Amino acid sequence: MLKLDGINKVFNEGTPDEKIALDNINLHLAPGDFVTIIGSNGAGKSTMMNMISGALTPDFGSVEINGNDLTRLPEYKRAVHIGRVFQDPMAGTAPTMTIEENLAIAYSRNTKRSLRFGVDKKRREFFKTSLEKLHLNLENRLSAKVGLLSGGERQALSLLMATFTKPAILLLDEHTAALDPSRAELITKLTKELVEESRLTTLMVTHNMQQALDLGNRLIMMDKGQIILEVGEDRKQDLTIPDLMHEFEQIRGEKMNSDRALLG
Amino acid sequence: MFTAMFGSVEQGIIYAIMALGVYLTFRVLDFPDLTVDGSFVTGAGTAAMMIVLGYNPILATLVATVAGFIAGCMTGILHTKGKINPLLAGILMMIALYSINLRIMGLSSDTGVTRPNIPLLNSETVFSTFGSFWNNLGIDSAITNVLKSMGLASVPTTWGVLILMLVVTTIIKLVVDWFLKTEIGLAIRATGDNKRMIRSFSANTDSLVILGLGISNGMVALSGALIAQYTKFADVGLGIGMIVVGLASVIIGEAIFGTKSIVRVTFAVIAGAIIYRMIYALALRVKWLDSGDMKLITAVIVILALVIPQIVGKYKEKKRKAKRLEERLALQQAKVDIEQGGKSLA
Repeated sequence: MLKLDGINKVFNEGTPDEKIALDNINLHLAPGDFVTIIGSNGAGKSTMMNMISGALTPDFGSVEINGNDLTRLPEYKRAVHIGRVFQDPMAGTAPTMTIEENLAIAYSRNTKRSLRFGVDKKRREFFKTSLEKLHLNLENRLSAKVGLLSGGERQALSLLMATFTKPAILLLDEHTAALDPSRAELITKLTKELVEESRLTTLMVTHNMQQALDLGNRLIMMDKGQIILEVGEDRKQDLTIPDLMHEFEQIRGEKMNSDRALLG
Repeated sequence: MFTAMFGSVEQGIIYAIMALGVYLTFRVLDFPDLTVDGSFVTGAGTAAMMIVLGYNPILATLVATVAGFIAGCMTGILHTKGKINPLLAGILMMIALYSINLRIMGLSSDTGVTRPNIPLLNSETVFSTFGSFWNNLGIDSAITNVLKSMGLASVPTTWGVLILMLVVTTIIKLVVDWFLKTEIGLAIRATGDNKRMIRSFSANTDSLVILGLGISNGMVALSGALIAQYTKFADVGLGIGMIVVGLASVIIGEAIFGTKSIVRVTFAVIAGAIIYRMIYALALRVKWLDSGDMKLITAVIVILALVIPQIVGKYKEKKRKAKRLEERLALQQAKVDIEQGGKSLA
């Protein structure tokens, strides 16, 4: 489904600030895989997400989705196959536009945009039934501007918008990190429901180890631009946070140093 | 007085097309596009040049619109492909268009390659073409008779221009309303709102910015072409400060009529353009002001339109707070009264 092959990326090459962001990353996802990614700040998690989405291009290595090489394709062309939810609840929606207009934009993700009305009667019905899944009563506020919604509501809407054209790959980049615990829990629950419903192939970055263990069938740990640990379906079910910490110490020979990763 | 106001309403409706174009870039795309100063003249110059060369004025107006569209697209390409800051891209295009406009108008010159102005005094224009049709209807004399019987001394010579422009501008407004609700229109609005988001939904923001700027400047050039035919004169300096006039129209309209929906805002922008022309005409009637002061007056109008709503907002906020405080004090007083009442009973 998704294949990352020998991805390398260096930032600020040839300057004193040179930083190896990704160091020979290889990752294969089978259809329906839900992989959670953990790792301390600067491990390269977000860089890897940006490589897949096309916001960044690798120095070398290739990105394949469904057997098509997308390495040199610009972000907007790849977006036909890739749904994304960002960390910032403000990033995934257009604030001055209404809920139904935002949904209409997401709806035409994998078709060529034309001069037909973005929102018509048929689509409005579809939007309504889709919104009902969120249980936030947004289906009765279709013509409210998205800027008026709370962060949690906006993130739930972003999640729905990212998933409802059933993209080949869903990228979740710490999408619950900016929310309060109860909202984060709600979004986590919705994520689970929406991903399971359409059996979406998903990559989720998180700082929250418990979340990384609760969700998905595979887990990877990154550090200093490398994937240092891969846990498959068979082992992931019994894995605990102390196990993960222990694994990290074994591999790196040092204690995990990110407080956020510890406490999350 | 009435005829002067009448003239400014006529002009206001023509300038409203330009203001709608400015609304598209300034508000919808969030792109402060200074190309307008140049593309307005491109429209005026192209139309005047073609009319002088004997082309049909309607064709001339359409070609002028296309010329403006191309100019806008160029600014868009400078910004998106050349990664030039929006303001600078607009300024560069504006200054380039100054020379291009001289050349365009020069195409009608027998003696040189450039030409700073073209008079259209005895030429056929869209208004004279429409006028001959309109006069046959005999509506003017009917309206004039009604107004005369109401006791008005001076009446406008024709209502044709006003009616024609009302129809044209209304059609353009409806097309803009419709366009901004289509899939492409929604994508353009989202581009102005949140580029990162719309890219993640597979829209090419570069193309959308270029298209939006093209449409906007096409409308600006159309407005310029019509103004040249209305005033029977095209001049290379016609566009100086035009972006400010457009902004003034947008801001005045929004301040008075609100921004609740797109349909409402496009109406507000048209009304704002007319109101701006009326203020302009009134200012011109002040004895100690000269027509050379008009750019200063325009700047002052825009400054006032930007500042007054803030002051009004603050004043209202203050009043609301004072009222709330008063209510609170009254409530406390009532509580104290009740307690004392209870004590005295006991």
